[in-house]
Amino acid sequence: MPQLPLDVFSRGSSEPQPLAVSHSGRRSSVLLCNPAAHARGIQPGISVAAARALAHDLIIQPRDLNAERAALHALAAWSYQFSSQVSLYPPDALLLEVQGSFTLFGGWPALLDKVRCGLAGLGYLTRLAGAPTPLAALSLARCNSEQHIEAHQQLAAALSPLPVSVLDWEQVLIDRLDGMGVRQLGDLLRLPRDGLARRFGQQSLLYLDRMLGRCPHPQELYQPPQTFRRRLQLPAEVGQAQALLFALQRLLLELCGWLGGQGAGVQRVDVCLQHREQRVTRVSLETRKPGRDSEQLTSLFRERLERLELPLPVIEVELCADEVLALDADSPDLFGSSGKPERLNLLDHLRARLGDGAVTGISAVAEHRPEYAWRYTDPGDSRTDNNGRQRPLWLLSVARPLKTRNGRPQLHGELQLETGRERIESGWWDGKDVARDYYIATNPAGSSYWVYRELTGEQGWYLQGVFE
Amino acid sequence: MSLDHLLQRADVWRGGRLTAAASAVPSGYSELDTLLPGGGWPQGALTEILMPRQGIGALRLLMPALAQLSHDDRWICWVAPPHIPYAPALVSAGVDLSRVLLVHPGARQDGLWAVEQSLRSGNCSAVLAWPTLDDAGVMRRLQLAAEAGDALGFLFRAERFAKRPSPAALRIQLDTHTDGNLSVSILKRRGGWAAGPVHLDTSLQYGALALHSRATTAAGCFQPRQQ
Repeated sequence: MPQLPLDVFSRGSSEPQPLAVSHSGRRSSVLLCNPAAHARGIQPGISVAAARALAHDLIIQPRDLNAERAALHALAAWSYQFSSQVSLYPPDALLLEVQGSFTLFGGWPALLDKVRCGLAGLGYLTRLAGAPTPLAALSLARCNSEQHIEAHQQLAAALSPLPVSVLDWEQVLIDRLDGMGVRQLGDLLRLPRDGLARRFGQQSLLYLDRMLGRCPHPQELYQPPQTFRRRLQLPAEVGQAQALLFALQRLLLELCGWLGGQGAGVQRVDVCLQHREQRVTRVSLETRKPGRDSEQLTSLFRERLERLELPLPVIEVELCADEVLALDADSPDLFGSSGKPERLNLLDHLRARLGDGAVTGISAVAEHRPEYAWRYTDPGDSRTDNNGRQRPLWLLSVARPLKTRNGRPQLHGELQLETGRERIESGWWDGKDVARDYYIATNPAGSSYWVYRELTGEQGWYLQGVFE
Repeated sequence: MSLDHLLQRADVWRGGRLTAAASAVPSGYSELDTLLPGGGWPQGALTEILMPRQGIGALRLLMPALAQLSHDDRWICWVAPPHIPYAPALVSAGVDLSRVLLVHPGARQDGLWAVEQSLRSGNCSAVLAWPTLDDAGVMRRLQLAAEAGDALGFLFRAERFAKRPSPAALRIQLDTHTDGNLSVSILKRRGGWAAGPVHLDTSLQYGALALHSRATTAAGCFQPRQQ
């Protein structure tokens, strides 16, 4: 990742604002800058003061080695979906053993495509190279030579044009090579082995042997963490909640890649928006089923953020998923991004925007009093008690008093009562007792209603429901 | 063979993908079905139900179809109903309540949004809504959403909207016939002229209890007999 120091900042925003990363040393100069800064004439190497003079709105971030380290670890966790053998090569490289993954992903070009697109989605510029040995692949990638060398025999020829500076050797050794006129790996590989061992040590010889595959190169394998917790520092303060979606999407893609490697899903995602002065805003999302579809999660968070009022601008976004669940074998997104994305779960979608209480199911309740013979439930969680009586499809939430004329109930004209009175007397035990005579009634226009007359007190008429 | 190649094969069926659906769901009223293209309520389309007033049986008209659809594993979604859909009555009509989803949006804009999402999601077999807005653009969006989600979209609207153009695939107008039955006129249908009216006895759909068991002594019958 040739731009990792820059990418850790620039990936948080879609704004093409000029951005530069400065050396953390005492003489402050520009280490890397984005295209917007480049367009203003800012180059790596110029002083920070000069850069500021060229672009007043330039954002300068001092290099953050901790953020780079965290990013490398996060990318290793993300890469785990493509290979279970991932190694860290700090400060800016990752090594994946992918031979075993070719069958699953459809060969080198298809795999390369997936990895490259995935990493671009996360906001990282990458150079990808493949070779039979770890050191050869790393050397090619570091030299921006995006080759795929398949056979050991081709290694020497492919590596020969690379500069010796690509080696992970101490600077004195590189300088010594330079003094000898050895500029390219090809020159180095032509030197006699015994002389090389004498002047540069056995370690150097071993390095070259490993690079060319003459001896094995055991790797220290990366173990992904068990929970997900990632921060993303925003290049500039963000005051609009919706503008956070871009950064959040990056983190959700990381999360889903990591889940892919774990063969797992999440049901709850917590987002912590960091403001200045240690203040935070928390946003959580829960779904009905565990999943790892980043598009769905992004879509759900979009709804949430549309409704969110930020008390203060946000400087950092943190995403956590502490509880990881095994995905059902029949989960449609088992196929990951390779297939058609699963249709968005409607319930999650509605709840994200309207709130949890706005989506319910409905259940019948074994109860004589009509207003208690039903209740809202969780969707899908219903009972179907039925007393066999005729009931209207609409129930009024509160029974409405009816006007009467000459003692006869009126609703858009005089109501005609059907035969078949139903007396309901119940509820003496809970103080909400009722004593009513229910009738089906029809008005002159032909509308049918469910009405009752109180048997006590004023003996008033009420509208309870509509036979729609 | 890689997973990708395997999935591209035509003979590989994948769960989660909708199979081609029938183009219509029978209404349960044969007189009506003969007038409807495909023999029922159009699937993946909007049906507009125009009614002069409430209480004439617009919901009862749908109950046989909704009862049928509730055996599907998709939701029957009611967005912002004007009253509480009464669970005991739905059970009587044969609707499986566990498939009934109620959405209670706060604002009208949220209501339309919820209707569109529900139609589009593919998670709903039917979506019922009572829009008061007269906006051809919105109606067009809903029609497209119903197509995308292969849902039956039922929009209950006031009769005055009958004169307005509408992108709905089916438009019917309801009224009460003199014999107390429901009168259904077809204002618009796919591949056909306006038709009807047909007179349907919706009360029969309940089986045991008939709704129109009106007393013969109509004039003074409000005074109930003492039992």
